[in-house]
Amino acid sequence: MSKILVSTTVNGEAQEFACDPSTSLLDALRTELHLTGTKEGCGSGDCGACTVSLDGEMVCSCLVLAAEAEGRSIGTVEGIAEGSALHPLQTRFLEHAALQCGFCTPGFLVAAKSLLEKNPDPDETEIRYWLAGNLCRCTGYDKIVRAVQHAAADLRQERTVA
Amino acid sequence: MNDMSGKPQYRVVGTRPVRPDGIDKVTGKAVFSADHFVAGMIYGAILRSPHAHARIRSIDVSKAAALPGVQAVVTGADFPTLQSLEVELGEGGGNIVDFSRNCMARDKVYYDGHAVAAVAATTLAIATEALELITVDYEVLPHVTDLAAAMAPDAPILHDKIRTKGLDTPSDKPTNITMRYVKQHGDAAAGLARAKVVARGSFSSAPVHQGYLEPQACTVSYNADGQVLIWASSQGAFMIRTVTAQILNIPIADIRVTPLEIGGGFGGKTVIYLEPVAVLLSKKSGRPVRLAMSRSDVFRATGPAPGTVCDVAIGADENGILTGAEVIFSGSAGAFPGSGTHPAAICSLACYKIPDYYIEGQDVVTNMACTAAYRSPGAPPIIFAVESVIDELANTLGIDPIDFRLRNAVQEGDPSPTGTPFGPIGLKEILEAAKVHQHWSEPLGPNQGRGIAAGYWPNFGGQSTAAVSLTDDGTVIVTTGSPDIGGSRASMAMMAAEVIGLPYENVRAIVADTSSIGYSMLTGGSRTTFATGKAVVEAAEKVVDEMRSRAAQIWGVDGSEVEWIDGEASCTAPGKEARLTIKQIAGKTGMSVKGPISAESTVNPPDPGPGIAVQIVDVEVDPDTGTVTVLRVTALQDVGRAIHPSYVEGQMQGGVVQGIGWALNEGYVFNAKGQLDNAGFLDYRIPVASDLPMISTVMIEVPWPSHPFGVKGVGEAPICPPMGAVANAVSAATGVRMRHLPMSPDRILSDIAAAQ
Ligand code: FES
Ligand code: FES
Repeated sequence: MSKILVSTTVNGEAQEFACDPSTSLLDALRTELHLTGTKEGCGSGDCGACTVSLDGEMVCSCLVLAAEAEGRSIGTVEGIAEGSALHPLQTRFLEHAALQCGFCTPGFLVAAKSLLEKNPDPDETEIRYWLAGNLCRCTGYDKIVRAVQHAAADLRQERTVA
Repeated sequence: MNDMSGKPQYRVVGTRPVRPDGIDKVTGKAVFSADHFVAGMIYGAILRSPHAHARIRSIDVSKAAALPGVQAVVTGADFPTLQSLEVELGEGGGNIVDFSRNCMARDKVYYDGHAVAAVAATTLAIATEALELITVDYEVLPHVTDLAAAMAPDAPILHDKIRTKGLDTPSDKPTNITMRYVKQHGDAAAGLARAKVVARGSFSSAPVHQGYLEPQACTVSYNADGQVLIWASSQGAFMIRTVTAQILNIPIADIRVTPLEIGGGFGGKTVIYLEPVAVLLSKKSGRPVRLAMSRSDVFRATGPAPGTVCDVAIGADENGILTGAEVIFSGSAGAFPGSGTHPAAICSLACYKIPDYYIEGQDVVTNMACTAAYRSPGAPPIIFAVESVIDELANTLGIDPIDFRLRNAVQEGDPSPTGTPFGPIGLKEILEAAKVHQHWSEPLGPNQGRGIAAGYWPNFGGQSTAAVSLTDDGTVIVTTGSPDIGGSRASMAMMAAEVIGLPYENVRAIVADTSSIGYSMLTGGSRTTFATGKAVVEAAEKVVDEMRSRAAQIWGVDGSEVEWIDGEASCTAPGKEARLTIKQIAGKTGMSVKGPISAESTVNPPDPGPGIAVQIVDVEVDPDTGTVTVLRVTALQDVGRAIHPSYVEGQMQGGVVQGIGWALNEGYVFNAKGQLDNAGFLDYRIPVASDLPMISTVMIEVPWPSHPFGVKGVGEAPICPPMGAVANAVSAATGVRMRHLPMSPDRILSDIAAAQ
């Protein structure tokens, strides 16, 4: 089976990798690019641990072929902080103890970031429905929802100041 | 350190700092089990049985071995034959022979998903392709996945050798009932006969899975000299080391296990499946091997919690005082013995003073993956049955269910399930707090109901090692061997900081590999903050003692003339008042001259404080569809002392929500061939964010004397009440008693229809 050469942008950086036609974007990120922050909880689109953004839309990277990334822009958990400065979502996840094992956290952060980009002031129900595709078995979601609410308030504040 | 009320005042304990491993986990840097790469690593894959029960006549691996890229093939024939040996792992245990057969089948497969062969190849695709080239000749046998059917006299027998242990009259007939355990006090029949009212019912529950998000995975490197490196995530790196060594007859010191971050366990990662297989693949191929499970492997082949059947009868007099009880239950262990019968029996009636009772539990093997511990292993479905019957008794007698429980609740001095008197426990305090909680008196709407239930788990102590070392600049490193599954690095650092008198940020806690620190039992049984925490405190105290004696030497005074106050040595010798900070002791006084300051401590505390929880749940039941919506939850718990309250709340909230899943949606479904029909998150539906409200928590602190800060384990008790609380709420909403888990919509509709 001959490999496909894929040119793409990941977290703002140009990347190239070769992969089999059947390789998922998740596997390419983890195995070819060693970006192991994106997790595999199921490989079938049911857990959200592999959530990344593809041209700004959140997707389950286990359901996307790596070859589909050609010419597009991918955002993963590794790209959420700016250098050493954490994104408000990351800060609030830590402060609210919104992670226990932390395995679901990358997917939640990418999904929540995508929510707040579309809706800066979501209510609790909107947050819960937006994140319904991301499973967390440890926290019962309470602290995750609170962290997202808090980060949303931070970002609104930042915007008014700016 | 005490204020006027006698409550200790702490600087660090009870605060909510960011955990030391936090940044790694929000930036994607944390290395979990499938994230570890080793140079030259190849990939393994496992062939699993499609049959629930079959004899393996032969396995032909020749075509697979010949596939280009395949580096090794392993079957049961590659595993050493072992002598029977029972091992205790801290949260249950089992026989090493069974562990070995569970990792790789020998003459028989016992469940759909049982491993029969493994391949390692240069790519995962080649390894997977090679599996298809392996021919297994199976003689399919009759199977039994249903618990009640497995106990029937004509049931298919899994293991010819099993005879029921614990029978009054031993039988020589092969059976699936591996043992019977009886716990009794007084005369249960007389106790029930004395009652004014007896409530009774037959309850059942389906097997459920722990549902941790991270599938099992490991990377193993076997060297030509027999030394083995293992990188894996589990609840116990030392457990992996011990069990792998025993299964493969390798000296323990030749195995070094590095614990990677663990993506949830809940008891399910207190046993191993992959590591011995990966060692053999690495040995045969001479290459490091990564072996990982898929989600469907996780559901089919790793530990569910047992399904149960349970008959309960409880009696009370006209004042609502319990007179007698009978609890008779069985649990499905899956392929090999061990369904938590003993803890289930111990916990079932532990919350209440009952003069006369009889508890009988049976452990039953079935053609399902071998069960593993799941949060309070064995107890939750039995407590669900008991709490349902308690609710019915309160209703029948017209007594408020909290008052009813208060009248019968155990307190300090009452006999605990082991017979010794309870130490300081907070069941009454929690119930009082529940009673005055605004939730309890809030009005309900149509089709809504409110339920309450209590739950008990004894918690565990066990062996732990911790080391504390001072660095040149006065900062401190805490090293333990207890995997951090939900923030324990933070609590270890906090306890050490409290003892030494440093800010939290000046103390860093790490989890070391098995060759870098002494033995610790696995993280399980809610033991880590209690037992490992105790070891950390002792080691930190030794470091403080050493700093005091260094200060005494500097000042030329007796050690008794140096006090340690707020992180400083203070000279109390008359006329010699002086102070030295940690930094000064570490730096100025020259550890380079007197030698480094560090200390290790080992503990094995036999006396953990129990976990006791009470929860109030409101639900609404849609009368047309049978769908249950959870509207409100208040979780109360005696937490002893919350070192890091956020992570204690997190344990409570997580336990509640797993219990809500157990109550409403989760359960294994087997098809007619005995194959698991819902081996994925789409069909095995765990709760998602939109299913739930916020989960309010109330932490009641009744400190436990045998821990320096009063810690009681908090991880397990919170999963004991939810099923009873939800069931009681659904029964209140519908007027119909729910006796089967999960309370799925169709089940609720049919139970309502049957009652009309
Ligand atoms: S791994 Fe992609 S949704 Fe679970
Ligand atoms: S924190 Fe463990 S799955 Fe979410």
